[in-house]
Amino acid sequence: MSTATIAGHAVSVDADGFMTDPQQWTPEIATVIAASVGLSLTERHWKVIEFCRRDAADKGEPPGLRRIAQGAEIPVKELYQLFPKGPGILAAKVSGLTKPKSCV
Amino acid sequence: MYEPQADASGVAVAPEQKPRKVAIICSKGSLDMAYPGLILANAARMMGIEAVVFFTFWGLDIITKKKVDHLHPGIVGNPSVPMPTMIAGLPGMEAMAGAMMKKQMAKLDIPSVREMLELLDASGAELYGCKMAMDMFGLTKDDLVPEVKEVITAMEFFEKSEGAQTIFV
Repeated sequence: MSTATIAGHAVSVDADGFMTDPQQWTPEIATVIAASVGLSLTERHWKVIEFCRRDAADKGEPPGLRRIAQGAEIPVKELYQLFPKGPGILAAKVSGLTKPKSCV
Repeated sequence: MYEPQADASGVAVAPEQKPRKVAIICSKGSLDMAYPGLILANAARMMGIEAVVFFTFWGLDIITKKKVDHLHPGIVGNPSVPMPTMIAGLPGMEAMAGAMMKKQMAKLDIPSVREMLELLDASGAELYGCKMAMDMFGLTKDDLVPEVKEVITAMEFFEKSEGAQTIFV
């Protein structure tokens, strides 16, 4: 684990750049992480982020893709359009959550 | 071979990398052998890896309309099953084991095989049926679930899986 400075905030991250403390997250951080993977966040992305953070706070772990689709009410196909480089990991990454452990 | 490249200003740039890709061959049609290939393909897509899934021989059961919802675990002659083969071989035993397994999976919220195929389709994974095996079983494209993109030959599989990490299930 190490510390990175994202959007002017010092945050703890793992070796793959996933934040390890969700409390350190801010919306500006999400925007910067998103930009680093080539995304500019839309209203639909924010809907995903909002669900992921809420769900992770409830369950103690980041949701899998299928759970995001159901909970955020966004079809799986659209999740792939929103995060073309891998919605299963990027949704959690921009949401300031740890690397997801769900297989679906 | 790696060849250093430079941009217009002469600065060295890394050669453009092709996206990572996996090709998974599903050759068996029992419930316990259907999931590994489908889960791996889906996991690959979830992390942005391209996925090609080739269904051949008994693996065709996984994508055959009439069979996809009725796959049974292979319990006969399976040393991991805590049941003597003589008993596992009794009529109805596999169906019963299948029902139990599906119930347990539903409890854990694991998607059904049909839903896995839908997830893969939505993810952009490419699903293919094997032409030779289909000819052998007397199946046509219409017998397959709509998520299957195409029926292809073994040689076409190699074209579509070029550069991919290949996994045989």
